[in-house]
Amino acid sequence: MRIPILKLHEYLLISIQMELDDMTALQFQEDLLNKIHDTGARGVVIDLTSVDMVDSFIAKVLGDVVKMSNLMGAKVVMTGIQPPVAITLIDLGIVMRDVPTALDLEQGLDKLQQELEV
Amino acid sequence: MAAQTCVDVRNEWDIVSARQLGRDLSKELGFSSVDQARITTAISELARNIYLYAGKGKVCIEPVKDVNRSGLQIIASDTGPGIQDIRKVMQDGFTTSGGLGAGLPGVKRLMDEFSINSSVDIGTEILITKWLR
Repeated sequence: MRIPILKLHEYLLISIQMELDDMTALQFQEDLLNKIHDTGARGVVIDLTSVDMVDSFIAKVLGDVVKMSNLMGAKVVMTGIQPPVAITLIDLGIVMRDVPTALDLEQGLDKLQQELEV
Repeated sequence: MAAQTCVDVRNEWDIVSARQLGRDLSKELGFSSVDQARITTAISELARNIYLYAGKGKVCIEPVKDVNRSGLQIIASDTGPGIQDIRKVMQDGFTTSGGLGAGLPGVKRLMDEFSINSSVDIGTEILITKWLR
């Protein structure tokens, strides 16, 4: 299974809409970095609106892909984190440090635009 | 209501199966979406621990009843190496895997009840319960 990555101008958009097993999550990391490399995208939005649970492994994979993308020069914003997901992540004790977030896709794109204009 | 349902945990995909079973049963019992997420996440963490540390084991989930409340009980058991120092693994931030899992303190915070039984070279059994509010 692969998570589709869409290109929109200089951005890449990803909406995660499937149950994330470890392999799919790791494959996504690789696919996203390759796509950034191939397209020269400057910004990425990863939308988690349809994700109903994030365990420590998925949190680590997502946090890592943000850092990896930053290394390549692309900014990433995570959007649409649902209330139950936010609550369980804090309960678990997971802090996603330095991960920019926004309420939804629209605000995520605004945030990227602001950051890239600076 | 069905009795106990178990998922054997031997590989990464079994973690997903255990998680899905927890999600289905907690929804069926009428847990709030937040508690569904807590239960599903706790199961995912325990199943991952089994896969990472013991190689194989199982996760069993069953509805339970107390005098005046009902809930969901999860038993994660394995016949792996066991835990040397339970006090240590119950401290936040302790890890032997380089931080792959959130650890047992996190699981404890997600649930209402948590108990652990472990013997070196025999195995580990963790029992967690969430009560319906």
